[in-house]
Amino acid sequence: MRYRNLVISILFVAFYSLQPALGQSNDDCLMCHSDKTLTGQINGRTVHVFVDQQVLKSSVHKDVDCVSCHADLEGTDFPHKENVAKAQCVPCHDDVQTLYSEGIHGKAEEKGDPLAPICQTCHGSHNIIKVSNLKSAVAPIKIPFLCGSCHKEGAPVQVQRKIPEDHILENYSESLHGVGLLQKGLIVAATCVSCHSPHKILPHTDPQSTISRKNIAGTCTKCHSEIETVHRKIIKGKLWEQTPHILPACNDCHPPHKIQQPIYESNVANQDCLNCHGRPNLKSKDGRSMFVDAIILQNSAHSKIACSQCHNTVNPAHVRPCEGINSKVDCSICHATEGDQYRESTHGQLFAKNDPNAPTCEECHGSHNVLLTKNPLSPTFHTNIPNLCGKCHRKGEPAAVRYVGKEHDIIENYTESIHGKGLLKSGLTVTATCTDCHTAHHELPHTDPNSSINRNNIASTCGACHYGIKEQFAKSVHSVTFDKNNKKQLPVCNDCHSAHEISRTDASGFRLSIMNTCGRCHEKIAETYFDTFHGQVSKLGYSKTAKCFDCHGAHDILPVDNPESHVSHENIVQTCQKCHEGATRKFAGYFTHATHHDPVKYPILYWTFRGMTGLLVITFLFAGMHTLLWLPRSLQWRKQLKERQNSNTDITEADDNEKDDEKS
Amino acid sequence: MLYEMDNNKQKIDESVKGKNSGSNSRRTEIRQFQRFTRLNRVLHFFMILSFLSLAFTGLTLKFAYTGWAVILSHLLGGFESARYIHRFSAVVMISVFIIHLISLVKMKRKENKTWFQLLFGPDSMLFNKKDWQDFTGSVKWFLGMGERPPYGRWTYWEKFDYFAVFWGIFVIGSTGLTLWIPETLTHIFPGWIINVATIIHSDEALLATGFIFTVHFFNTHLRPEKFPMDIVIFSGRVSLEEFKVDRPDEYRQLVESGELEKYLVEPYQPIVIKAIKIFGWIALSLGLSIIIWIIYAMIFAYR
Repeated sequence: MRYRNLVISILFVAFYSLQPALGQSNDDCLMCHSDKTLTGQINGRTVHVFVDQQVLKSSVHKDVDCVSCHADLEGTDFPHKENVAKAQCVPCHDDVQTLYSEGIHGKAEEKGDPLAPICQTCHGSHNIIKVSNLKSAVAPIKIPFLCGSCHKEGAPVQVQRKIPEDHILENYSESLHGVGLLQKGLIVAATCVSCHSPHKILPHTDPQSTISRKNIAGTCTKCHSEIETVHRKIIKGKLWEQTPHILPACNDCHPPHKIQQPIYESNVANQDCLNCHGRPNLKSKDGRSMFVDAIILQNSAHSKIACSQCHNTVNPAHVRPCEGINSKVDCSICHATEGDQYRESTHGQLFAKNDPNAPTCEECHGSHNVLLTKNPLSPTFHTNIPNLCGKCHRKGEPAAVRYVGKEHDIIENYTESIHGKGLLKSGLTVTATCTDCHTAHHELPHTDPNSSINRNNIASTCGACHYGIKEQFAKSVHSVTFDKNNKKQLPVCNDCHSAHEISRTDASGFRLSIMNTCGRCHEKIAETYFDTFHGQVSKLGYSKTAKCFDCHGAHDILPVDNPESHVSHENIVQTCQKCHEGATRKFAGYFTHATHHDPVKYPILYWTFRGMTGLLVITFLFAGMHTLLWLPRSLQWRKQLKERQNSNTDITEADDNEKDDEKS
Repeated sequence: MLYEMDNNKQKIDESVKGKNSGSNSRRTEIRQFQRFTRLNRVLHFFMILSFLSLAFTGLTLKFAYTGWAVILSHLLGGFESARYIHRFSAVVMISVFIIHLISLVKMKRKENKTWFQLLFGPDSMLFNKKDWQDFTGSVKWFLGMGERPPYGRWTYWEKFDYFAVFWGIFVIGSTGLTLWIPETLTHIFPGWIINVATIIHSDEALLATGFIFTVHFFNTHLRPEKFPMDIVIFSGRVSLEEFKVDRPDEYRQLVESGELEKYLVEPYQPIVIKAIKIFGWIALSLGLSIIIWIIYAMIFAYR
């Protein structure tokens, strides 16, 4: 036992001297780092360096030495240096690190991008737990929010970096995958990392990316195996036939992040439906025919669309899959834009109130016999539109009966108007018809500021075809852009041209009525116009004389003091010469709007008129007096003459009788 | 006064009755006094035609704001057609005027008178002292303060009518010409003469038509002693009895100078008289209807 102390000493010394070779233990680190208030400096910033032992003990790295990750501290003394480098996940996770550094995140980090995520950003540091644990930072259910923290709309990454998709998190959360994961808790649903891969994230332009066009089918079929059999019945024939037996890129039909409820149910083929609905005498319980003529369907615009795509509430699990159908087809499942517009329109609003007269998609477009609008047989073909709208809006029909506005006999007037004649008599399909002005699906009353026929929008509506006139008009005095300080209500197209009675402007009816139109705002000057020759002839009903717009222009009216105006000093003689060939400047001195009632503005005319009237009055007064005074005397004279005549005749006859007697 | 001439009655009766008495009916033998030459009558006839045409066409424009003007305008064939008729009739009226002036010169030569005699003689159209006497005498007669004056060749009201036309043709004619060729005339005159010409032309025309269809019609037709129609301006003839009583002064002068015989002519056949009367009635009714329309326009529709 003489050597017992030596052995113990040697062991003791060995134990302690070997300690450095064995490195620091976690306990050594935790001696300081379990202090909750401990802070340090990294690059001038103060950071908390408290490490919660409990967290560490329940993490997946509980058996790993601190210095395995914090490699730069290995073998150093206490206290160690400030500015400790970030913990490295290599060499343990070498493979992942390689993937990461090949990916876009890794490349950004290499370049020193402050927004680049590192391992710790996603996985955490001391609190990393197994992925399969639902509490993991990278558990599937948390992935959208994890990635979303940088990739949501408005985040610095989305704003400052070139990310081709937008509203990613928003779209995803509404998509099928997002709804499945987040609302229904289906953790096998695709998350960001399912398609983009967790570590080697590459942009879709990179041929190695999981989301490159070449690879996307492979990515999607990781879950959607044998998707090509599902698609065979439903997929757009064209796409499939273009590259037979090759899957198209999934995102051609399913936009990324917006993947919606598939609009069909598989295993309900058209043939299944037609087994019953192909029978001509099939009727519903309330007597409506349920027959669907397959020929009509073949010739329709929806010939390549399956029954169940529109009637999407069928349930293939039932023997009669159509059992579940309890509502009309919602066309907006494919025609979303039109559906949105329709819902905002008056038609849609009535429909929403369950008004029995509200037109539905079917009413205008048909159902199984729907044809493309450019097909002349379609009820929505351009020349058929007036008839279509007329079904309800003609006089006496449901829409006309409840209409409370100023327009009347709309269809009848339109038919006679220049647009109507062009469309219906001349077959000119580019002419304006109901839907050109009122829009096809967004009809609103003119009082609604969003309406295409609202005062503020009418110029654009008409200007869609009459662009030149709209341009001209915008520069004229009647345009809102001309004088921003003008508070008066300015005329728009239909104030002068009417809405449904638009006629040729050289037609005499229009030419005569336009004066009433101008006269509505320009009352005084219209009155004086009617006192002049041009106005008098117009009053008699003749259009072949100067009207308002012959001198002032129509869409290019400018104030008189503007040298461009037709009635400016510079241009007036030219304007007169349009009809009066020999007109001179002196001729143009004629007062076109003169009145003899205004002594201030037109004293010559005023006094001339007064003089003439005076002459008239005096003459008639005088002569009238003379006549009146003469009248009684004249009567008397007449009587006297009569008496004299009678007595003279007696005498004359007596004389003659005497003479005759003498002769004989 | 009515019986003053009886002492000459015998002498005149013979000349009036003429040579052939006996077989033919009495009426056709009684010759009448010719007051108006054929030219007078023809010119007056054309004056009527042109005046009515001018009135119709012109007044549709002046009263364009009335209903009747629109209808009338359409009946006339539109404003361009009415314009054409209006200008054509204006030319006719001016021709009447010119021919009348020429006839005056011819008359002067034929009767071997000097201008002075023509213009200031007893048969002149110019106003003279007798007219003033006739006028004052008439007023007195109207007011029951005297007898009917002895009217002569031309009474003051006839002279007034005559000069009204004279004046009218000048005023309306010149302003009408301005309105006809404004482009030409405004080489010299400023443009506003067109406005002035419109007012003068229009109002003077109103005065003329109004006066003719009321006062003149009264003077010549609607006067109770002449009522319903005095066709002398168309036939030129008036019965000697009537003439004696109506124009005592002229009658006396002619008898004294022995020139009465010169003016005695055969009366027209009844058919001619009838035609004249029909024409007269048409003209009369047209004129009166215009007056009614004018009154309607001025009371109910005046602007």
